[in-house]
Amino acid sequence: MKPPPFEYRSAHDSAEAVNLLTEYGDDAKILAGGQSLVPLMNFRMARPSVLIDINQTHDMTHIRADDGHLVVGAMTRQRVLERDQTAGSAVPLLPAALAHSGHTTNRNRGTFGGSLAHADPAAELPTVLVALGGELTVQGPSGKRTVPAEDFFLAPLVTSLEYNEILLSARLPRLPQGTGVRVEELARRHGDFAIVSVMAAVHLDSNGRADLVRIAAGGVDSTPIRLHEAEAQLSGTALDDAGIDAAAVAAADSVHPTDDVHGSASYRLEMVRVLVARAIRSAITHQKEGHR
Amino acid sequence: MSDKHTITVTVNGHVYTDDCEARMTLADFLRRQCGLTGTHLGCEHGVCGACTVFLDDVAVRSCLTFAVQADGARISTVEGLAEGDELNTLQKSFQEHHGLQCGFCTPGMLICATELLRDNPNPTETEVREGISGVLCRCTGYDGIVKSVMAAADSQRDGVSESGSIS
Repeated sequence: MKPPPFEYRSAHDSAEAVNLLTEYGDDAKILAGGQSLVPLMNFRMARPSVLIDINQTHDMTHIRADDGHLVVGAMTRQRVLERDQTAGSAVPLLPAALAHSGHTTNRNRGTFGGSLAHADPAAELPTVLVALGGELTVQGPSGKRTVPAEDFFLAPLVTSLEYNEILLSARLPRLPQGTGVRVEELARRHGDFAIVSVMAAVHLDSNGRADLVRIAAGGVDSTPIRLHEAEAQLSGTALDDAGIDAAAVAAADSVHPTDDVHGSASYRLEMVRVLVARAIRSAITHQKEGHR
Repeated sequence: MSDKHTITVTVNGHVYTDDCEARMTLADFLRRQCGLTGTHLGCEHGVCGACTVFLDDVAVRSCLTFAVQADGARISTVEGLAEGDELNTLQKSFQEHHGLQCGFCTPGMLICATELLRDNPNPTETEVREGISGVLCRCTGYDGIVKSVMAAADSQRDGVSESGSIS
């Protein structure tokens, strides 16, 4: 349960990290909070020959909100983000999701960008990014590029990052004041990875019609999945019971889970249906009760 | 390949300088190089929480942090909790309310509970259970641990109101 030997390099900013990645190539891995990478190394499932530590950088640790968006630096600790009022008021789905992400001690050290770049399909932060249509900013040797969340996550633990690119930050659209949010997560124990998670954000206009519906599911496919069909069915409606139930069926039709030790594919499909309906109803209640 | 580094850390107020391989975890450095075996290693992959220590005042799992990353940092371990020869309020509470059985998880429980009570001096039982949820007690003695933390919160409140030093 000790990691194999590796060479340790510490980068002082994102540009130096990119240079080191370019120098060492595929043998190098970025070390952020280490909450996923180090267990994999201790199990000898990952054997990078070089670790590039970005804990000493200062250009990737920020939380900024403007009228339209929230921008979070990749090295922002999850616990800091969870408790940040600017982030919580711009995107209340973030603290709600982070409460399910491991335990306090994991979030104390674990980073926002680390969870995204690790790309576990059952992890909470990637599911939030997909649900809200976030965008990720990555830096390579020739500059920055922006990738929509749905194009960033490619497969379990696989992203569209090139070997010499680093995740700098992610940008999330600010949710309208009063948006109701809900995270429904099925896990064996609190803090475990989700067997199935569903994240929902709903906003009803003054006529009681949904002018914003965002839903995504985690743990049920090779990446987090935005439930576009269910969103389309619910948008512009009064979100009545029959409509919610029908959208939940459509949601289950649009994911492709597999069997594993935690649950069968058919069980996961059934849970997607149940949790989508539950998340939408809870998000409506959340808006009506005015919790912000 | 052996990537050696020399690091200096301040642990419980004492300065330690020593060599370590890059792959040495902070937990192993504390136990072997500093001789501080109060920090326990259970699973060594970030699940059991027994190795939790304060790294610059933040509770982290020392089996998931490399010693070389802690160069220059301030660390507190379970050995640093007592006030001289006197157990602190939380430790006394664990003693009085049967907060430990075999004692293996105790260092992690104490560090997590210390952080919890620092950030939230009036926790509910649910908040205490969530606060220690990252540490596994294989004796399953959670009730005693939760009682100990709740009682320590009570004692700290009484202490503050008696001395009137809250402001």
